[in-house]
Amino acid sequence: MASMRASLGALSTIAVAIALATSSPSSIAADQKPRTTEPSYAVADNNEALVAHVLNRIAFGPRPGDVDRVRQMGVNAYIDEQLHPERIPVSAQLQARLASFDVERLPAGTLIDGYRSEQRNARAAQAAQAGKASAGMDPVQIKDDALATRRAEYRRLATQTTDARLIQAIDSPRQLQEVMTEFWYNHFNVFIGKDLDRALVANYERDAIRPYALGHFRDLLGATAKHPAMLFYLDNWLSTGDNAEVNRNAKQQAGLNENYARELMELHTLGVENEGKPGGYSQKDVTELARMLTGWTFDGRATGRGGPLEGVDSQQLFIFAPRRHDNGTKVWLGHQITPNGEQEGEFALDVLAVHPATARHISYELAQYFVSDEPPPALVDRLTRRYLATDGDIREVMRTLLYSPEFRAPAAMNAKFKTPYQYVVSAARASGLDVQNVQPLVGTLAQLGMPLYGCLTPDGYKNTEAAWLNPDGVTRRINFVTALASGRLPIDRAPPPPSAAVATAAASMPISTTMPPMPVAEPPLKIAGLQSTSLLDTLGPMIGQKTRNVVQDTEPQLAAALVLGSPDFMRR
Amino acid sequence: MERRHFLQMMSMAGAAAGLVPVGRSAWAATTAAGTVPVNNKRMIVVFLRGAVDGLSVVAPYAEPDYAKYRPTIGLAAPGQDGGVLDLDGHFGLHPALAPLMPMWSGGKLAFVHASGSPDPTRSHFDAQDYMESGTPGVKRTSDGWMNRLLGELPGRPSPTRGLAVGSVLPRIYAGPIPVASMAEGQKATQPTVLDQPKIADAFGKLYDGNDATSRTYRESLDARREMLSSLDPSANEKEQMAANNGAPLPNGFPDDAARLARLMRNDPNVQLAFVALGGWDTHAGQGAARGQLANRLSPLGQGLSVLADRLGPVFNDTVVVVMSEFGRTARENGNRGTDHGHGNVMWVMGGPVAGGKVHGRWPGIDEASLNENRDLAITTDFRNVVADVAERHLQLPDAQLDQLFPGRPRQGDAPRVLRA
Repeated sequence: MASMRASLGALSTIAVAIALATSSPSSIAADQKPRTTEPSYAVADNNEALVAHVLNRIAFGPRPGDVDRVRQMGVNAYIDEQLHPERIPVSAQLQARLASFDVERLPAGTLIDGYRSEQRNARAAQAAQAGKASAGMDPVQIKDDALATRRAEYRRLATQTTDARLIQAIDSPRQLQEVMTEFWYNHFNVFIGKDLDRALVANYERDAIRPYALGHFRDLLGATAKHPAMLFYLDNWLSTGDNAEVNRNAKQQAGLNENYARELMELHTLGVENEGKPGGYSQKDVTELARMLTGWTFDGRATGRGGPLEGVDSQQLFIFAPRRHDNGTKVWLGHQITPNGEQEGEFALDVLAVHPATARHISYELAQYFVSDEPPPALVDRLTRRYLATDGDIREVMRTLLYSPEFRAPAAMNAKFKTPYQYVVSAARASGLDVQNVQPLVGTLAQLGMPLYGCLTPDGYKNTEAAWLNPDGVTRRINFVTALASGRLPIDRAPPPPSAAVATAAASMPISTTMPPMPVAEPPLKIAGLQSTSLLDTLGPMIGQKTRNVVQDTEPQLAAALVLGSPDFMRR
Repeated sequence: MERRHFLQMMSMAGAAAGLVPVGRSAWAATTAAGTVPVNNKRMIVVFLRGAVDGLSVVAPYAEPDYAKYRPTIGLAAPGQDGGVLDLDGHFGLHPALAPLMPMWSGGKLAFVHASGSPDPTRSHFDAQDYMESGTPGVKRTSDGWMNRLLGELPGRPSPTRGLAVGSVLPRIYAGPIPVASMAEGQKATQPTVLDQPKIADAFGKLYDGNDATSRTYRESLDARREMLSSLDPSANEKEQMAANNGAPLPNGFPDDAARLARLMRNDPNVQLAFVALGGWDTHAGQGAARGQLANRLSPLGQGLSVLADRLGPVFNDTVVVVMSEFGRTARENGNRGTDHGHGNVMWVMGGPVAGGKVHGRWPGIDEASLNENRDLAITTDFRNVVADVAERHLQLPDAQLDQLFPGRPRQGDAPRVLRA
């Protein structure tokens, strides 16, 4: 404890030096090849506490050896490496594992076909039960089989989707990209339980989020706006202008749906409020934007009618349906909108992406995620200016953030209480286990109140202490790491093959014929628990002296659980 | 020390009384009076996140506009196929809520129609935020009104005085006063490693500081001990079996409601409880007597009925308030659903309730009366309904009421939802 305090004290002096060196964001822009030669950084660059801080924030904590590696290369070099994920090689093994998942490998259209065909089977079986079954077959049995098949398909999709995310979060060397992917997923949240989105959220993350995680905000915004997962989740695919062509002579009028338009402004861009100032739009603006976005929908075959979508990718699934579009003039955020079809929506995204309120909203969220729950206003101001100066270049905003004195200030270190996701992923990484089966972690996340892809509302999960520090949460975390540390959580063993019923069901599915054979589980080994000494090595400066003392005085079977269940490891 | 002793006694007495259910409840009632709060009044808040369609919960079936606005999702008049259950000749209850009708007839259930938060926002997140902070229009309020209420209640504090169902602390409970939580589902009583003294001792040394994480850890152990003793299955097994007639309750809310009732009945310290239920955002395919909305209302009605039954004598001292962030559009949309609206209906249930009545001034739903020609107007501020319960049931003094809801509008015609 005493030594920890001393090192933080020393660091605050260093932080002042950094403040002087980075006081102007434009100096960062001018100098694209930063700064490892800068003398003031040389002091701070491999400081223990700073190394720990950076690994806690731009990675999901260290794997064994990471602390040493970053200490040797210096945090600035590590940050620069992580800001360019495309330059970091991903192991063939990780690539092969991802490619083994249909939801990662196949285009969105093919996934939709598979999903719809399951639904048709189940519906047909229901009809069969209603008495239309051909003679000689037991209709109840047909229905049960079909429903079991459908449940198995849902489970298979959910398993693959969560597998793909967590495997990358734990094992990808592109850690900042994974951190940003989680950040943006919550920003542009889609709930996996809404019908078609069961088949699409993995593709949504793959096609619309991860590639743009450090790119330009406008690209990210456009990709999420047009992806069928979002069009479906927030109902824009149905939204139709009152005067639209499809409504002429139609028996049932299709209507305007404001859901996406509202969240687009409130959550995705302008924000409902910024630092006490309202985002600056009204209910009328919501309705007008919804009208501008009428006709933004997806290929009608995604409803399961009109033929297969095999091989159609997510970009091709987006269509503009002129017959649904409201061709009237609109007045939106003070702009007079003359009728211009699909381009009205593109114009709206252009305006929103570089709007000062959006710049501030995104800057505030980034600062809150990466710095502190109540981020310093001066930092938010600086990030906002950087955002506007670069037309929303997320990489540059992040660079300004990560080199800012506020980020590197001692006050920011350990200032964040980990979300369940950060806690679970960082524990898996610190364990050093070769993670073969992430499903026990998926279960843990649900128990901790943060089911992966399970946030029902479009605002996504919060990342503040107020949201997650509660009595139940703390004890559940301790339960989880106690199981992990004692080897009772089988994450380093291949998952068991699906039960016979599920396997039969899976075998009859069109998509699953392309599935690789399930890895055969090895005979159960006697799994030794984690070693507290290795954990302490891996985590280094993240675990303070007080915890080290308690761990040392404790019986060995409990020591590793104490490290991961310590208050030190609950924070980042 | 003293309290631990009390808890031990309580669980022993509970276990013994499990054999004689009648005696056990009598014991709980008398012990409560002697040991803990001078104030044993309870309140349970059920929050329907996502904006339930109040015009389908308590439908103004007698108004011609109602059927006109809702050609496919409107509910039929009483007596027709899928028709509402008549309440007072003007309003009818959604048929999926049939389990609540005995409470309505018995005068234990009331509604406050055209109620809600006066802020015009139609954002779920904002509207929930305002309804949970208790300060509509003010974003800066960092605590929630149920936490403020915990701090102001007369009587002795305890680690389980405020209880939340679920593992995430809801906004409404944010604030300095610790809140206990009961996990959803069977997990509530599953043993945890910290129930083993050796492990708890070791972690106790890590969490003996005065930081927020350490304090939260210790609160969790206190609350856990107290809760486990109250949920001890042996104490209630027989009573449960008899009530269920052997059948397990469906998962979800009815199950949690039964567990919550058991906990509140056995632990007189629990005064406030909060449950949130999602899935009400019916933009498309809402359904009428059957369908999406009905499928959500049905376990809710069943659960509330279970809650009332299982609370037993404690129900006489309990007020349950059901609320949702705003109502939905009066007219159905092109997707046979409804969009975000404004006024809604609050449900108030319990022993002290002035039941059998739809309270509040009904503004009507003709075009001229709608809010922005779109949705139900608000004639009762939700804070005035809660304030009535806080003042007359939880016995909160006047000055504290102002802290509970700073800036609450004084409303001369605010309905009085409790019996005089």
